[in-house]
Amino acid sequence: MGLMFKDETYRGDFTFYNSPEAIRHFPFPFHEDKYMYAVNIEPHTPGPKGSAYEFPIDIDEHYVSDMRDRALVLQEDPLRCQSLPHMITAEWDLVELLMTSMSDAYPEHFTLKRNGDAWHWINRPMGIENEFTFGDTSTLPYPPMEYITRQCQGDFCLLDQRDGDLWMDSGMVTSQADWSLDFDIGMSFKEWHAPVPLAHEIGVFDRALKFLLAMQIGRPVRRLNWTMTINPRLDTSPENYHKWGTDRTTVTPENVGDKVHLRVELQALWRLPRSNAIVFSIRGYLIKMRELVTIPKWGRRMPRVLKTLPPELAAYKGLTRYQDMTIDWLAKYDDGAPTSPGCFPD
Amino acid sequence: MTAAMISRPVYPGLSPDQYAKTHLILCEGEGAAAVLDMAAKAPKEFFSRALILFCPAGTGYEPKLAALSPKSLWVLPTIATAMFRLRGVLATATMGTRVYAAGTEPFIGSVLQETLAVGIDHKSVFTEHRGSAKRRVQCVHCKGCTDDVTASPFTCTHCGLTLFVRDHYSRRLGAFQGVCVDAEVPGEVPPVEELYR
Repeated sequence: MGLMFKDETYRGDFTFYNSPEAIRHFPFPFHEDKYMYAVNIEPHTPGPKGSAYEFPIDIDEHYVSDMRDRALVLQEDPLRCQSLPHMITAEWDLVELLMTSMSDAYPEHFTLKRNGDAWHWINRPMGIENEFTFGDTSTLPYPPMEYITRQCQGDFCLLDQRDGDLWMDSGMVTSQADWSLDFDIGMSFKEWHAPVPLAHEIGVFDRALKFLLAMQIGRPVRRLNWTMTINPRLDTSPENYHKWGTDRTTVTPENVGDKVHLRVELQALWRLPRSNAIVFSIRGYLIKMRELVTIPKWGRRMPRVLKTLPPELAAYKGLTRYQDMTIDWLAKYDDGAPTSPGCFPD
Repeated sequence: MTAAMISRPVYPGLSPDQYAKTHLILCEGEGAAAVLDMAAKAPKEFFSRALILFCPAGTGYEPKLAALSPKSLWVLPTIATAMFRLRGVLATATMGTRVYAAGTEPFIGSVLQETLAVGIDHKSVFTEHRGSAKRRVQCVHCKGCTDDVTASPFTCTHCGLTLFVRDHYSRRLGAFQGVCVDAEVPGEVPPVEELYR
């Protein structure tokens, strides 16, 4: 399918941008002209060709640069990848899920050969090749989860299931929207979601937890979440908030189109076969306002969503400082025409 | 209770577990009063199976605790020394040991960290909050913990950033989360509020 991997940065000179194909690939999250929390979980089944949902694990033109940024984050802060000791079986489950998904969907880029426990993995874009024994950690250069998630876009959490709850016991989290794996590791489902406003009161987490506890093997699910980010920065962690926080004051009416990014998380979940744990993947996508408005439907809808956003949500997502300026910049792309239902471009 | 406090543990109060073979009781400062209150509800022989670790924290409860005639009463000067002793006791603890913890939230948090480390589920530790509402806060930036935080914002004792205290609690760390308050506009710091006296 001819993916061309770009060489771009998510820090410093911020050379990240989306090609026209990547813009159409973007998982725009608003199916109507307003937004409020909902459980919004749907089966993670193949979507339209060229969309972010075409394959279970989405690899795109930003792959090589994403992985380079992850390596930089880990070099500065190894605690972004942590796993409690009882999660080792789930780590191997994740190796299997990602290697099989990536090699099935993108055979020209990834190859997996299996002969019993003797596995051979080839990652051509990153120039990685390893023969290893499945289940034997000493045969890989990193622990299993770290090894494979250094080679797969998106943050990953492994949730242990016990006592009728899910526990955040393992993760590779380098491109998070302001939450800390190091702080949250070991927490139950509702504990790690504690800082989220409004959603607890309307029962979102009760319903979501009940649903996830009943998840079955072979029936992955997905949902979208979103926020906004100034500059195409992947590492908007709380750990480094004192370094990137000033970005939020650099927005001017002139630079909104290039500085302000919609950040969408395609969250997909799989039940794992050996460990009975759940993979929670958080695959982030960034799009500049200037790129977003090239899809007329999205250009109309985005300012309408921002105008009607409850203030608590705007504050939690950190938009308050530049929300109005962004609405003003987007206004010229909203001619007041009705928008069609659903997220996809017309 | 607001949504923001969901990760904070609930401290339901001490009550005697009549089926435990050993009662391992940890108390700090005013937490001793919670132990004395529990004594009023406990059967006579209860304290003959009790080991009490006590940090006075400036209080004078030692004679009253001694009057309960526990199997052992250890008085230790700081949380750190009490936790060192606790680790030693837990290393040889047997089935049927019930752990109780009463005092300030940082003290209870320390006890829960130690018991978690040896595989005791946090819900099976009996806890009661007494005394100051001071908090232990972990700086999310440098990961250093500051004890005895009574106000927000405050200065991280490790890296010097000005932190606000987020209502998000980690049992594993026994601490609330501290986040830089002036990250967006350095120097723009809201007035200090004494929230946790």
